[in-house]
Amino acid sequence: MRSRFGLKIALVAGVFLLCAWRVIGVNPNWDAIRQNLADNIALGLDLKGGTHLILQVQVQDALKAEADQTIDRIRTRLLRAGISYTSIRRNDPGSIEEADSIEIQLDGTPTDRVSDVRAILEEEAPSWLASSTGGSSFALGMRPSELLRLKAETLQQSMSTIENRINGLGLTEPVIQQHGRAEAEHEILVQLPGVSDPARVMNLLQMSAQLEIKKVIDGPFSSPEAARSQNNGILPANSELAHYAERGRSEWYLLERNPVVTGRDLRGATAGRDTQNPGAWQVAFSLSRQAGQRFGIFTAANIGQNLAVVLDRRVQSVASIESRIESEGVINNIDGQTESLDLALVLRAGALPASVVYLEERTVGASLGADSIRQGVRSAIVGVCIIVVVMLAYYRLAGINANLALFFNLLILLAVLSAFGFTLTLPGIAGIILTIGMAVDANVLIFERIREELRAGKAVVAALNAGFGKAFLTIIDTNLTTIIAAAFLFLFGRGPVRGFAVTLAIGLLANLFTSVFVSRLIFDLSMWRKRNLKEMSI
Amino acid sequence: MQLIGQTSIDFLGRRKIFIALSAVLLLAGIGSAVTKGGLKFGIDFKGGTLVYVKFRDAPDPERIRGVLQGKGLSVATLQPFQDSAESHELKIDLDLAGDVVETSGKDQVIETLREIYPIGEGKLDFNNASPEALAQRLLAERTLRDAGHSSRDLTSHAEAMVDWRDQAPRSGLLRDLAELSDVPGVPSSVVAAVPRVAEAGAFHIGGVEVVGPKIGAELQWQAIKATLFALAGMLVYIAFRFEWIYGVAAVIAVFHDVFITIGFFSLFDREIELTVVAALLTLVGYSMNDTIVIFDRVRENRAAVRKSSMTDLLNLSINQTLSRTVLTSGLTLVAVLCLLVLGGEVLRGFSFGLAVGVLVGTYSSIFIASPVLLWGQGLQTARAGGGRRRR
Repeated sequence: MRSRFGLKIALVAGVFLLCAWRVIGVNPNWDAIRQNLADNIALGLDLKGGTHLILQVQVQDALKAEADQTIDRIRTRLLRAGISYTSIRRNDPGSIEEADSIEIQLDGTPTDRVSDVRAILEEEAPSWLASSTGGSSFALGMRPSELLRLKAETLQQSMSTIENRINGLGLTEPVIQQHGRAEAEHEILVQLPGVSDPARVMNLLQMSAQLEIKKVIDGPFSSPEAARSQNNGILPANSELAHYAERGRSEWYLLERNPVVTGRDLRGATAGRDTQNPGAWQVAFSLSRQAGQRFGIFTAANIGQNLAVVLDRRVQSVASIESRIESEGVINNIDGQTESLDLALVLRAGALPASVVYLEERTVGASLGADSIRQGVRSAIVGVCIIVVVMLAYYRLAGINANLALFFNLLILLAVLSAFGFTLTLPGIAGIILTIGMAVDANVLIFERIREELRAGKAVVAALNAGFGKAFLTIIDTNLTTIIAAAFLFLFGRGPVRGFAVTLAIGLLANLFTSVFVSRLIFDLSMWRKRNLKEMSI
Repeated sequence: MQLIGQTSIDFLGRRKIFIALSAVLLLAGIGSAVTKGGLKFGIDFKGGTLVYVKFRDAPDPERIRGVLQGKGLSVATLQPFQDSAESHELKIDLDLAGDVVETSGKDQVIETLREIYPIGEGKLDFNNASPEALAQRLLAERTLRDAGHSSRDLTSHAEAMVDWRDQAPRSGLLRDLAELSDVPGVPSSVVAAVPRVAEAGAFHIGGVEVVGPKIGAELQWQAIKATLFALAGMLVYIAFRFEWIYGVAAVIAVFHDVFITIGFFSLFDREIELTVVAALLTLVGYSMNDTIVIFDRVRENRAAVRKSSMTDLLNLSINQTLSRTVLTSGLTLVAVLCLLVLGGEVLRGFSFGLAVGVLVGTYSSIFIASPVLLWGQGLQTARAGGGRRRR
């Protein structure tokens, strides 16, 4: 008998000490406990304050870009092979739902060269499936496997770019996760604890930051029409028009389509004051060694010509090449310091392969979160105090037992939350309340059962045994049912539902231990060597 | 102490009255939802823009609504939130404008408030400033630089002042910048410099939520799906531990509870927010727990007293567990009422759902789950009996 008790006591004491160490720490004064709780229990954004964003990556952008590159390759090859055509273009899917309908249409090729065209398409567009209508038109749809791969890659790239940008801001403990079903939704969840004014971050994450340096063929023109009329109504091959706007000026430049340098060639970028334009800001960048050599050769060969810095398809600045430039460049004419800092940051972090839109923005100010916690904790303390008093009044000495079990349960719950790094949210507090309710219920079930047995005339020890024995099945059934429910909620639920399921499942597992095992042990210990007890305080 | 001794109330004899009562409650909820043009969903589910604002003095909601509508924004609700003598808060709720998240709605609310409660030209609004913004202004103050404050010190002082602002009892809103002299660790020269760059504005933005329509529909479906799976899991467990019909009866009672509770939200004109889903989940667990306690007793009694009729068996079991039911439900209700009264406005929808849920969940175990079990058992024996006769 004694040795069996010994093992049980050792187990309970061990669990208690472990949990107490985790929650309270080694130095049990009030401030230390508080600090320890704050350090160890991760609070959700709804309690701590911060910004929660859901972004959607417009993957159709990447598909369109891929189609454009393919069209360029096909065009060059057709030209080289001397095959004429009337037009080659792609459609313009406007939303993610339409993304898969991306298609390239090639029209008006000579019917006697069908097999040549087919060969070129097969070679230059391996990820596309070509079907011919009447021998002179071809429709190219992207292969399903390629669609999946490209979309997944776009999402991954966007995520790592966003991660780089957020890390560049130096925010504490950001969360960047894929959200929703990966293959269909292309969503990214971003959580920024402590950020209560997300305007700047939101702006920064949305910048696509496509930097290109292109050779200026001609310009400036006052309008696209003016540019065309200068060139006999059509644009020269491999050229494009780009817009430049600054303080009331609006001009157009004719640029070479292929950039000399792109954002991918950058090694670094730093913000600073504009050296030529007092009051404005600039971003100085340096090129990788390889790109620097290329740029050096290009600039040496084009002294006197103009270069345009194009950011997200808009001309940012134009300057003439005065000498050979090896590895450095400047983007000037930036309005504010914050803007220049942000631009430097996104250039360092890399471009987004597709644009992103916001589906959700939630900001909880630190004051609102703190109010929720304070009020929630205050009401929980009052509620638990009332329960403790009622249990003591109703069950007298046995009530002490029930209250000990309840506190032990809460202690285990907090310890497990902190040990496994689960996040406590508002719905999580709901799970704790249900846990308290069921912990009280377990003891009430046991005590009522013992009282019944006592009324039926059983001796104390026998009543105790029968009460625990019979209530045990009920407690197992109620708790297991709810634990099963919590498991399903955890598996299939998201965000708030999950937070609820976690605290509930931990709380109920702890409840099985405390109400059935610990509570029983306390009773047994208090009855030890009093086998013939006639009365008990319950 | 004992509240309820041994009772022998004929609960099932009056089952028709209580089923009628449930029907009335259900119909009242449905009727209310229909006449009010559907349930009132919170921003989480319907999408839109929500701004929590705390004011120094009682605001004029009508004026704010007027100016916002003048800007072409559709204001869904503009209701006081936790209004009391010392704290004035408003919840401004804008309907969804387009398919994507309309952050401009948030900006326009803030801009409008700024028009109504202007601050000095070129000054920073201390009550809405981020630590970085305040630090930047302080860094630009030459007198502070001259006094030998390093930029690192100034940044940490700015953080300390904003942190202090966000703590209770100020909770984000200072009346006067002179209050800053109480911030521990910030030298008086820095405190004195704050009024030169900033002003204590009349309001504080406590939180902003902007939710697109897609997310709302998704959240709703996710929550419903998870709950249905959880219910199915419970059904299977109960079927395994008891009999199928016990599980069915318990699940019907849970549905009854959920629908009546949602009906109460409509009757009391309360919004169904995301936290209400947590309350409904709690209610599902609670109601299930309560029902199983009774069913467990039925199972036990059935083994002991074989000859008794199912009605007597159920009545006996409910009576035997009655004192437990009253005590547990009473205590849980007390905890929930504490939350309802003291828990604050953010938790109010949640605690309201819990309070209704605990009452309805307890009631349904006795007056819905048990009669349904009785009927189900009756059907089973009738079918079994009929089969025998045919043979």
